[in-house]
Amino acid sequence: MADITLEKVVKVYPNGFEAVKEVDLDVADGEFMVLVGPSGCGKTTLLRMVAGLEDISAGTMRIGGKVVNDLGPKERDIAMVFQNYALYPHMTVAENIGFALKLRKMPKAEIDRKVKEAADILGLTEWIDRKPGQLSGGQRQRVAMGRAIVREPSVFLMDEPLSNLDAKLRVQMRAEVSRIQRRLGVATVYVTHDQVEAMTMGDRVAVMRSGVIQQVDDPQTLYDRPCNMFVAAFIGSPAMNLYEATLEAGAGALRLGSQRIELPEAVRVARPTLAGYAGRAVVIGLRPEHLPAANERSDGNVIEGDVELVEALGNELQVHFSIDAERILAEGADNAGEVTLHHGEGVARVDTRSGMKPGSRGRFAVDTERMQFFDASDGLAIRE
Amino acid sequence: MATVTANRPSTSVASSVPATRRRRRRGRGAPIGPAMWVAVVVVVLFVLLPIAWMLLSSFKGPASIGTTSILPHPWTTSNYVSAFGGNGSGDTSGRYILNSVIVAVSTTALVLVLGTLAGYGLGRMPMRGKLPLMMVLLMISVFPAIAVIAPLFLIMKSIGWLNSYQALILPYTAFNLPFAIWILRNYLMGIPKEMEETGRIDGASPLRTLWSIILPQALPGLFTAGIFTFTACWTEFLMALSFNSDNNFRTIPVGISQFGGQYSVPYGMYFATSCVAAIPIAVLVLVFRKSVVSGLTSGAVKG
Repeated sequence: MADITLEKVVKVYPNGFEAVKEVDLDVADGEFMVLVGPSGCGKTTLLRMVAGLEDISAGTMRIGGKVVNDLGPKERDIAMVFQNYALYPHMTVAENIGFALKLRKMPKAEIDRKVKEAADILGLTEWIDRKPGQLSGGQRQRVAMGRAIVREPSVFLMDEPLSNLDAKLRVQMRAEVSRIQRRLGVATVYVTHDQVEAMTMGDRVAVMRSGVIQQVDDPQTLYDRPCNMFVAAFIGSPAMNLYEATLEAGAGALRLGSQRIELPEAVRVARPTLAGYAGRAVVIGLRPEHLPAANERSDGNVIEGDVELVEALGNELQVHFSIDAERILAEGADNAGEVTLHHGEGVARVDTRSGMKPGSRGRFAVDTERMQFFDASDGLAIRE
Repeated sequence: MATVTANRPSTSVASSVPATRRRRRRGRGAPIGPAMWVAVVVVVLFVLLPIAWMLLSSFKGPASIGTTSILPHPWTTSNYVSAFGGNGSGDTSGRYILNSVIVAVSTTALVLVLGTLAGYGLGRMPMRGKLPLMMVLLMISVFPAIAVIAPLFLIMKSIGWLNSYQALILPYTAFNLPFAIWILRNYLMGIPKEMEETGRIDGASPLRTLWSIILPQALPGLFTAGIFTFTACWTEFLMALSFNSDNNFRTIPVGISQFGGQYSVPYGMYFATSCVAAIPIAVLVLVFRKSVVSGLTSGAVKG
């Protein structure tokens, strides 16, 4: 068991491309750390640097207090699960799991015992003599996990281990991986581009973009208090609605297109610096669930928009609407599969009884206390 | 609207599945049309007729060889008996076959060992000048052997290697290695690099990784390179004729050509020895057919 410390770690490829830029990160012993970010953000490179599969161009990396910069993967006492599992196709499940132990020249009886133990934990006992080609995707994934846990390493590294599974199996394996990690209590670095995995599995989540860690926090803090527009837009599905708005003098209200939203005293008290932005443009962020359908009892803070599309999810409606304010897209954070109809589009999650229909005029109550504010010039959150 | 959305995926699945199946049926072992049958029969006859003629003629007596009769009449094994020393002249054909086996097996082993190491290095390891090196290898592999026979003969003579096994093993290795490197390099490159990385993390040395993880997955490539090399050595004539004139070191193609004399052409012995000489190649092909384990790497990674 060990902790991992990264100090100003840099990766520069021979062609000059800087994949990881001065990353500082601490992973405590037993902690489940998720690295999340859009593709190409450097998360896998960082993981491979921890594994010893990529050289460290600058900075210091410690595992269990020991500097490992120049150590090979073997000396780092790590186990890694790859995205494509990388099982040895010519070996049985038992041989796959026991291969590392065999290399350590462990007695055969001991290997058999440990392999059996790992197979029991993972429910693989029945398939122990089969080869990877005869297993389903989920079973192969378990063998890959088995190969990692049997060595009792100090650190687990996982590179998108669930991305090859179908959606249902992924949910099941998500819980299983978390359960095994908690049971073994080994520091784990888990790379994913799936923010649902990041939010549900990680003790803490590090959001990366262009080789830089944007924010490291527990999932709830990341969701409630994103440090910048990128994190705000990347975490959460559907993504946070980001609009350009103008603060009125005294920061008592803001103009969102042709509409006006009053800011209660509590918002100004929580963010004293907001007053400094009076008369200027800021970016406001509203999560879809903080825009419920307005009713007669709603106070003054209601915005209206043209309903363009209604997606019925059973428990709620996802209403795509548009207003006449400028929607801001955080570069690189646009979630795959999300459709932007036009520049003023937003998404609200409303009650199924609201009866909103495409083509109608929707009224949404703005939860101003949950509203996020960002500096329009640098995208940083206005928190204080 | 909700109904329409719900139906959409099922419609697309229903229409796409039969299309996939149709494609598969056409692609794999599907019944073939009469035109295809005719083509297959013509090709098979074209390939098999000379072999059948050789086999049947090897059982014909001197009188019936060269006649229009297809089947031997009477059947006789006398050609085999004389070719393999039954007539008291010594088992010369047996000796030729043994020489061929020694030369071909040694060369194949050398080519596979060197070819695997070189192919792995060229395919996987960071190295400068890979492309020029591969191009040179390709050029060597198509270089006509006859062009180097004379200088090679002089070298062999000067180092006293004429009439020896190494006189053939060494040049055969040199000429077959480039092609084997190409084949093996391509096979080794097809194996996901995560296999090696997993090996490194598991604590395997590079050689152990190659031996225990990579080579078992590269078996089809090894078999392919092996059979090509073995066949090339088994059938090579020019160098064998030039470098080894001693009967004790003659290989089978040269040996067969030396049967008979100025006034006799023992066709029966040619055919009988050729049939025996073809057996190792035929056996190898049959064994390889089974050993080239299709889909050996399937299941290792998704796909």
